[in-house]
Amino acid sequence: MKLSGLRIYAIVYLVFLYAPIILLPLFAFNDGTIIAFPLQGFTTRWFTDLAATEALIEATGNSLFIAVTVAILATCLGLFAARAGARYTFPAKSGILGFIMLPLVLPEIIVAVSLLVVMLQAGLSTGLWSIIAGHVLICTPFAVAILQGSFANMDRSLEEAAIDLGETPISTFRLVTLPLVTPGIIASLLICFTISLDEFIIAFFLSGNEPTLPVYLWGQLRFPARLPIVMALGTILVALSVILLILAEYVRKRGLKRAGLKDTGGFV
Amino acid sequence: MNAQTKAGQAPIIRLQDVHKYYGDYHALRGISAEIGQGEFFSLLGPSGCGKTTLLRAIAGFEDISSGAILLSGQNMEGVPPNKRPTNMVFQSYAIFPHLSVAENVGFGLRKSGLDRAAKARAVGEALEMVGLSGFRSRAAHALSGGQRQRVALARALILKPKVLLLDEPLSALDKKMREIMQVELIKLQREVGITFILVTHDQEEALVMSDRIAVMFEGEIAQLDEPERLYRRPNSKRVAEFIGVMNFLEASAQQTGEKITLEVAGLGKAEITPEQCPAGAVSGACSVGLRPETLSILFEGEQSKARLAEGVVDEVVYYGDMTYYDIRLDGASAPVRISMRNVISRPVLEVGARAQVTWDPRAMVLFN
Repeated sequence: MKLSGLRIYAIVYLVFLYAPIILLPLFAFNDGTIIAFPLQGFTTRWFTDLAATEALIEATGNSLFIAVTVAILATCLGLFAARAGARYTFPAKSGILGFIMLPLVLPEIIVAVSLLVVMLQAGLSTGLWSIIAGHVLICTPFAVAILQGSFANMDRSLEEAAIDLGETPISTFRLVTLPLVTPGIIASLLICFTISLDEFIIAFFLSGNEPTLPVYLWGQLRFPARLPIVMALGTILVALSVILLILAEYVRKRGLKRAGLKDTGGFV
Repeated sequence: MNAQTKAGQAPIIRLQDVHKYYGDYHALRGISAEIGQGEFFSLLGPSGCGKTTLLRAIAGFEDISSGAILLSGQNMEGVPPNKRPTNMVFQSYAIFPHLSVAENVGFGLRKSGLDRAAKARAVGEALEMVGLSGFRSRAAHALSGGQRQRVALARALILKPKVLLLDEPLSALDKKMREIMQVELIKLQREVGITFILVTHDQEEALVMSDRIAVMFEGEIAQLDEPERLYRRPNSKRVAEFIGVMNFLEASAQQTGEKITLEVAGLGKAEITPEQCPAGAVSGACSVGLRPETLSILFEGEQSKARLAEGVVDEVVYYGDMTYYDIRLDGASAPVRISMRNVISRPVLEVGARAQVTWDPRAMVLFN
């Protein structure tokens, strides 16, 4: 194998990108409170400490509740928007769809601050539901993007054929549309779940006294003695995110194969 | 225009002055026709002529702007596609990719109230009808184009519709497969006795399969006739050119009683009957249409009692079984195309050679 300039560049680039992540599990299993080489020896102590920290378990519970709710809400909204975008023409269609996709390019800090201002002005208390609202806002564009792909892959005469064969529009959606976009729905659920789970800025601004996992984690960084526990937590989060992404892609690919369609892109 | 359905057939579909607008675009401009019970009816025209719009209007997928579509005497206005006694074979076949062949074919039976065994029997019969008996549990996406076509047919016919609508069903198949399916479709239609309405842009396909053909241009029916009449007596130059090849020769006409006397450039005098003027009586400058196979080259040693003309070979196109000659007749401004079957005794003429051409006034069609 020849080491050309471009190849070296690619390797250096990947190392730069992923080496810090490898440090996470390395120090999570390191028997010492100081994050520095040389390593002190192997321990799973930080993981057991982790499990014993009540505030942490509570934060995890909050995060999971938010992530699941957001995934379902954003995917439902994405499903409606994607179907409408793929099947109908209506006035100001591209404007409306563009508006839905806008949070994708909007800095999260702006979304977070403006949501906080609105909440305070309206006299609403911040907490889980306000985080959910913020996360749905930023996750819906992802859901729309994924599901638009699913609808674009689907021959529109399939729905017409089902109606022609005697089904109502609603039973057609259930019998034909839904099974064919299921891979997209699952992928969308998983990706929205992942985005919500490790989203920090919105959660930080809107969490009130119900911190999510990333917010709790950030709080712990102030205590050097707690750092290895944070590393352990980070390890679990990274592993979870990777597993979910792989799962989402697997489901999407399998769905395409079952429907006999060509792969036209994806995330992994 | 031949607006009558085939003899002895009650009309199952009546189209009464059907108009369709898309915004400002006038897609259907007053379509009126009657389609008989058990008839194989084709809508033929170039893309954008409104033939698919008309088919989809009959199926109920498009609302019409004015006029009426009657199915067995019943006005279909406001009746959704799932309540109409029509079924459709889509251009893409629209086979449900997540279902097996048997599930696809039995899809329409879901609301039929039949029990499992009866449904399975009906699916079996439908698959047998299209020659796919062994394919029950095959996944739909693992089928070839021809097999998909058959599944789509079985799926539509299992509901015993009054009318089967076919939207360019053969256009996705290769030439060989298309010819096989043409014959199978004709056989199937005779077998089930259901009215078929076929949309196609392929004039050959329409001629081969149909009892009657409606040729459509720009949202209007230009001519509605049986295939042979449509080919032999097209009522306009446009129809003549759309269906097969037609030579046009300049001429002048004079009508005396039941006879029309022509002076045709390159051919000379000819007498024809009013029946040969499907567009109506013509006098003065006009043009005469002749199909390539109605003209013939007289080779050396051959004799003919038919009338003769002479010209120079302008172009030769060799097709194996046939040779097409473009011959510039003496005194004519443009060459005429002549198709000749290649038989042993006939050499293939060369460009520039002189040729004798036989012709028959009975084959002529007169146009403005």
